[in-house]
Amino acid sequence: MTDIFAKHAGLREAYEGLTAASPRNPFEVVIERPISASVGIIEGRETLLFGTNNYLGLSQSKKAIDAAVETAETMGVGTTGSRIANGTFGLHRKLEAKLAEFFRRKHCMVFSTGYQANLGTISALVNKDDVLLLDADSHASIYDGAKLSGAQVIRFRHNDPVDLEKRLARLKDHPGAKLIVAEGIYSMTGNVAPLDKFVDIKTRYGAYLMADEAHSFGVLGDHGRGVAEMQGCEDGIDFVVGTFSKSLGTVGGYCVTDHDGVDLMRLCSRPYMFTASLPPEIIAATMAALEDMQERPELRIKLQENAARLHAGLQKVGLKTGEHVSPVVAVTLETVDQAVGFWNALLENGVYVNLSLPPATPDNRPLLRCSVMAAHSPEEIDRAVAVFGEVARHFGL
Amino acid sequence: MTDSVAGISGMIIEKLLANPKVPRDIDGNSKIVEDLAFDSLAVMNFVMEIEDELDVSVPLDKLADIRTINDLAACLHTLKVAHA
Repeated sequence: MTDIFAKHAGLREAYEGLTAASPRNPFEVVIERPISASVGIIEGRETLLFGTNNYLGLSQSKKAIDAAVETAETMGVGTTGSRIANGTFGLHRKLEAKLAEFFRRKHCMVFSTGYQANLGTISALVNKDDVLLLDADSHASIYDGAKLSGAQVIRFRHNDPVDLEKRLARLKDHPGAKLIVAEGIYSMTGNVAPLDKFVDIKTRYGAYLMADEAHSFGVLGDHGRGVAEMQGCEDGIDFVVGTFSKSLGTVGGYCVTDHDGVDLMRLCSRPYMFTASLPPEIIAATMAALEDMQERPELRIKLQENAARLHAGLQKVGLKTGEHVSPVVAVTLETVDQAVGFWNALLENGVYVNLSLPPATPDNRPLLRCSVMAAHSPEEIDRAVAVFGEVARHFGL
Repeated sequence: MTDSVAGISGMIIEKLLANPKVPRDIDGNSKIVEDLAFDSLAVMNFVMEIEDELDVSVPLDKLADIRTINDLAACLHTLKVAHA
């Protein structure tokens, strides 16, 4: 009998090598419980949370908690069905209308996760006769959506409009639809995409443009509509995809657009159709968090201040970060061993960040990925920077 | 030099040898993943460099069937001829 797990031998070797060299398994960190948005109990200790993507701290929104409790008590805790069968409650429609209004778009589809929003949108928009042009550093959900679609996939260099244009020019005789996919803020590095430049190119070449604003929704733009709003190019973006699991603190995903054709996506997007819809208490909490976000623009200002404070602080202690100041601040290290040691020392000194390893990172280098929150106090940020500095000195960096 | 499969293969080897981590004894039959220890991302990034040289774009699905340097050269040659 062929060993069905034999194909994982290389993965096992890498995994065992990594975990043998680490006092704790970096893939099995348990937050025993959050005390607040910025502090949780890990290994019995109060730990500063700098790796949660909970940018506005709304996972702990009182308004969202109350809405969830009240809805669970009146409607129950699940829909037990797909959106195209028994899984559409009035609340789902209400949330879609609210999001369409927020983004000033005609249509909105809500998905059960952000991952499924990318899978479901990309796979419904293009097929084997079409071409997808993906930023090389795209999230796994974009690559997986591309695979599910069957479209021809061409990568362009990260955040490089000249490279994108070159590749579109090579496709001038291709009869299929062309869909460009870029993210607003890149999840690993915090880099911000030049969406305005991509809009100019897609217009000249007759392509469509989809922006995944997962990490920029609620974070950038005067109203929190993301990088496209910040760069003044929303009209040129055909499809905006995002998630509720970051700035809104819940779970789920969305696609908003002005294209009327999107209505039929509800009948051909498999990741939308063949899964249970979001539970009513999650929808209610998401709507309340969206209201909270709209009513408290000061959260975005605080977030930007905090991002700048952490970014400048880490650079001051001599660490290498990305050039963009965004709520994702990644410290780049050279070797995996160095990154594993550094990450363990941070945790032992009360600071939790994400350990991101190649090939999930660009340039084959490991990252200590921090995400900043509006809920962090200046003292918490300074404490995290001080711990980073002490650990860096300990490792001779 | 890039008009034939052999020419493209030679150009790929030259580019690979510019990387000090690549074994010195590679040839057209060297396997990209096994002999060069490239992971999937490294392969995609390396192909991007070659694409610029030849002014072609390699769709990702084409990479799935490529094992050796000569396989990659043949794929690039086919795309270049089709694009010409």
